[in-house]
Amino acid sequence: MKSAGSASKLRPADMWPLALGGIAIRPARSVLSALGIALGIATMVAVLGISSSSRSQLVAEIDALGTNLLTVTPGQSFGGPNLTLPVSAPGMIARIGPVIADSAIGDVPAQIYRSDRIPAANSDAITVYSAQPNLLGTLQGRMAGGVFLNAATSHYPAVVLGTYAAQALGIDRADGSSLVWLGNHWFAVTGILRPLALAPELDRAALIGFPIARTLLHAGRAPAQIYVRTNPASVPAVQSVLPATADPMAPQDVTVANPADALTARADATSAFQGLFLALGAVALVVGGIGIGNVMVIAVLERRSEIGLRRAIGASRRHVALQFAAEAVVLAGAGGTAGAALGGLATTAFAAARHWHAVVPLASLGAAIGVALLVGGLAGLYPAVRAARLLPAEALRLS
Amino acid sequence: MNALELDKVTKIHPGTPPVVALRSLTLTVATGEFTSVVGPSGSGKSTLLALAGTLERPTSGAVRIAGKTTEGLADTDLSGIRAASIGFVFQNFFLLPALTALDNVATGLLYRGRPADERRAAAVTALERVGLEHRANHRPAQLSGGECQRVAIARALVGEPAVILADEPTGSLDTATGDAILSILADLNKRGVTILVVTHNPDVAMATRRTIRLRDGQIEHDSEAA
Repeated sequence: MKSAGSASKLRPADMWPLALGGIAIRPARSVLSALGIALGIATMVAVLGISSSSRSQLVAEIDALGTNLLTVTPGQSFGGPNLTLPVSAPGMIARIGPVIADSAIGDVPAQIYRSDRIPAANSDAITVYSAQPNLLGTLQGRMAGGVFLNAATSHYPAVVLGTYAAQALGIDRADGSSLVWLGNHWFAVTGILRPLALAPELDRAALIGFPIARTLLHAGRAPAQIYVRTNPASVPAVQSVLPATADPMAPQDVTVANPADALTARADATSAFQGLFLALGAVALVVGGIGIGNVMVIAVLERRSEIGLRRAIGASRRHVALQFAAEAVVLAGAGGTAGAALGGLATTAFAAARHWHAVVPLASLGAAIGVALLVGGLAGLYPAVRAARLLPAEALRLS
Repeated sequence: MNALELDKVTKIHPGTPPVVALRSLTLTVATGEFTSVVGPSGSGKSTLLALAGTLERPTSGAVRIAGKTTEGLADTDLSGIRAASIGFVFQNFFLLPALTALDNVATGLLYRGRPADERRAAAVTALERVGLEHRANHRPAQLSGGECQRVAIARALVGEPAVILADEPTGSLDTATGDAILSILADLNKRGVTILVVTHNPDVAMATRRTIRLRDGQIEHDSEAA
């Protein structure tokens, strides 16, 4: 093909007004066709925003609790006897330099019931532990009511309930007036704990003093678990020496964990629901794209004479194709922008309702609009090609 | 220089059977001419207009616009020739309903790559040439048929093309309005604009200086032939 050197030209600055003009011809139809994209994008942005907000809230809570709490437990033995930590372990751990506080709990061979009339099988899955008075401070936990165990109450039949244990037993008063049936003895409820994010196992536990556990219920003295609060700068160092310190004879049987790490990991994990909602958003996006493609095909049919006229006044096939593709991209872009705003608003409203700090990742907004534009481009491809292939003489009814 | 040359042009529309619309037709329109092409339905008038306007390519033969050959040109260059050298006027006006008269006229320069303010300035001048400057900001729906056709003529004029091709320009208008349009075309021609009108209306043919009668894809009579 020869070039005459005077090819038809359309300034890029004229392309977008052209696309907007095409869309403005039928505003209601344009809004409706962009709506599908808007809903898809809004769903995706809201899902990402809400999960980010939830994660950031969780991480903030974990940070507030402190990431310097470590737990020391005896390892699990397969079929063998229940492993325990040496009785000397708490004392040895306390001698590690950066350790600020440590507190042990011990197994108690007893069940707790609301009263002596409850059948033995209805234990409500509440575990009874013996605990040291400094446990609350070590965990930086707080009481929902009453007081924690102290040096005095540790010698008496007094019990402190975890938050779910109290719920399960139906006890909401911790002034000593409520009695529970624990290991065939009446114990007075002297305290109820608030939820312990870093020691959720204690939310379903009943805690009594080590001395009373030993004298009244014949519990052993070996710790079942030790909570260790360290200098924040020395967490890894303490973590590495804890097994050998806790059980010099068998350090390989000792498990050291950082509950904050586990919580953070859980916060990071994408939930199955998030995947499902993202997939739903993607489906809405595809349906929206098909809607736009459909509307554009109709527009090409309706605007045959306009296409013919543009060809007559000098538009090349490429210009016609670009015009219709640009209309699809503008429609999808408008839908995507509206959807991103809607998704952002939904995230903010959801976060506000839960007193969270709303986090809408800017990257997800940008990506959402980018995806919308891409969908628009794909949706506009077929109508654009059809528009470009229209024979101008036929479109103008010349032949 | 000749505004338009068709040299042994044949156009066969494919189909069963194929339709021969033009048979080895040779026609030259010199710059400044006011020519009409008449003939019964199916004589090839519309095909002649489509070929002269580079909207279709001939099966054989050559089409030259303002001395430039169109043979073998890519779509974008052929479109460039339409943008620069040809102005169209249609029976049905084909104005864009969303645009004002002024913007419709300015659209005539859209594919020349000229900036918007230049296009609008040229459109004002073109509207003045058809006596419609006072309707510049009206939309097609607010204009009469005659006014719409004047806007369409201004749109064809605005790029100062080598030739204006008009397809039944009075076909949608009553006699008085049609006469007014014809006198505008005649007036433009007196000022140097080359015009080729395709029509079946003898009154229109009477208004032009040269008349070519087509029959079965060939020239039956040319008033200027020796």
